[in-house]
Amino acid sequence: MKNDSRYEIRFSGSGGQGIITAAVVMADAVGSLDGKYVCQTQSYGPEARGGKSKAEVVISNGPIDYPKAMHIDLLLAMTQASCDAYFFEIKPEGLLIVDSTLVEQVPTSRAVAIPFTAIARKEIGRELVANMVALGAVGYVSGQVNLKNLEDALLSRVPKGTENMNREALQAGIEQARKVDISNLPRSFVNEWEEEF
Amino acid sequence: MVSKDKNRRLLLQGNEAIVHGALAAGCRFYAGYPITPASEISELLSVKLPQVGGTFIQMEDEIASMGAVIGASLAGEKSMTATSGPGFSLIQENLGYACITEVPCVVVNVMRGGPSTGLPTNVSQGDVLMSRWGTHGDHPIIVLAVSSVNDCFSLTVRAFNLSEKYRVPVIILSDEVVAHTRECMTIPDQDKVRVVDRIQPNVPPEWYKPYADNNRGVPDMASFGEGYRHHVTGLIHDERGFPTQQPKEIDRFLHRLHDKITKGFPEIVLSKTIDMEDAEVCVIAYGSVSRSAMMAVKKAREHGIKAGLVQMITLFPFPRKVIDAALRQCKAAIIPELNMGQMSREINRVNQSGTAIIKMNRIDGQLITPDEILKKILSVS
Repeated sequence: MKNDSRYEIRFSGSGGQGIITAAVVMADAVGSLDGKYVCQTQSYGPEARGGKSKAEVVISNGPIDYPKAMHIDLLLAMTQASCDAYFFEIKPEGLLIVDSTLVEQVPTSRAVAIPFTAIARKEIGRELVANMVALGAVGYVSGQVNLKNLEDALLSRVPKGTENMNREALQAGIEQARKVDISNLPRSFVNEWEEEF
Repeated sequence: MVSKDKNRRLLLQGNEAIVHGALAAGCRFYAGYPITPASEISELLSVKLPQVGGTFIQMEDEIASMGAVIGASLAGEKSMTATSGPGFSLIQENLGYACITEVPCVVVNVMRGGPSTGLPTNVSQGDVLMSRWGTHGDHPIIVLAVSSVNDCFSLTVRAFNLSEKYRVPVIILSDEVVAHTRECMTIPDQDKVRVVDRIQPNVPPEWYKPYADNNRGVPDMASFGEGYRHHVTGLIHDERGFPTQQPKEIDRFLHRLHDKITKGFPEIVLSKTIDMEDAEVCVIAYGSVSRSAMMAVKKAREHGIKAGLVQMITLFPFPRKVIDAALRQCKAAIIPELNMGQMSREINRVNQSGTAIIKMNRIDGQLITPDEILKKILSVS
């Protein structure tokens, strides 16, 4: 495996936000449907809710040896605490996506800020699906997954009767991400810091 | 549509792949007690086993679980239990009973941090020597270490096959990282899975000697309830299954127990080597750590260092041949482990060539990273 084909995504937030579910759906779409190599891991503590929650998806064109993330290409932070904790593990040309409903202090301008929780509450009617709004944005911004496959993977994993709600949430996330022009962002976290001097 | 769906690539956790492997191997009985990080095995089997006419029982503890597994196997079913550290301690008593009565069974131990209840949600490799010597007395046992979702499927099938063929308990050593990592795999069609069943007696019941030796060293095994009445005891027994204190019979019995495994070495002892052809430094690893090691070796090669990897798949019986060859070839061997050096001691025991054995131990509940191993490789090159 060439190291450069490795793409690492970390989903982070607080326990109960559906962080791991979002990562599993992403991995399912990329691995089972797109047919790439994928490893999905998570770390968790004994508590069911609250506390930091973290899940990772490593994507590659070849077999993956080390299954966890080392140099993050894309960090999704659904809370301020997780943003602060993991921001410094993104690689210089990586990207940060935050839920601007809950992350008030964004540590960089190389960030995509979308109010996932507010969108879920106002547009879909359930705050519960904020993770799927975020997944839509992650799927679009990362460019690592076929978005139709992402929707199929999502629908195959949600409880019956919630398909429409989840589909709408995912599509809302994709729509919001489409509006962001990533090429307008600073090219690297490092450049940004250097410019400050 | 159904057949297409059946061969679909599935995103599975290591624990789930063990379940699919067990079912493919013909496992139809599971008794266990839930414990992190092995619970998904119980959870999924509780759904799947009834669907194929099998039996799932949640027992009151792991001592009873192991008892039920032995009973079911004596009655002719391929049986399994799964647990983690604290439960593995409780299993040991009856595991010894399975060894001496030569009852085929598979025990999965998903390692977490110990001792005692330790670190329930963190990874460790602290049970390596316990899996070999956890139950008392000189006993043969087979221990296989899994490192990926594919391994979890294929080595579980192999564990059942070896267990049935040699009438010996087989331990599958997994760890929290392998157990909970999701990867894609395609479950092979059943007719592509090689399944081995225990050999049944073909003599009339009244001629049956349950522990009679033969050219395989593995007695034919009748199922309870089919008319082959016989005695099963944890005491050293003669070929009819009754206790004996005759030194000759004791000696013959115990030697047969060990010899049947020794004869099977070529089939039982598995390992994988990567980039070892011209290696001057090798990393010897197993389980989830072997994946970190694999990346470290590749990175070392990019640095122009002749590094190689020996991945131990069978931990016991100890893969002496491949380790010995690697030690003779290399000037240094790095042994990364998530314990204080349980396997590095075993490796040093067979080291006859003065090769530097370099321990690397991480016991903080985290997986050793490729960079840590790479640094070590660079420091000895």
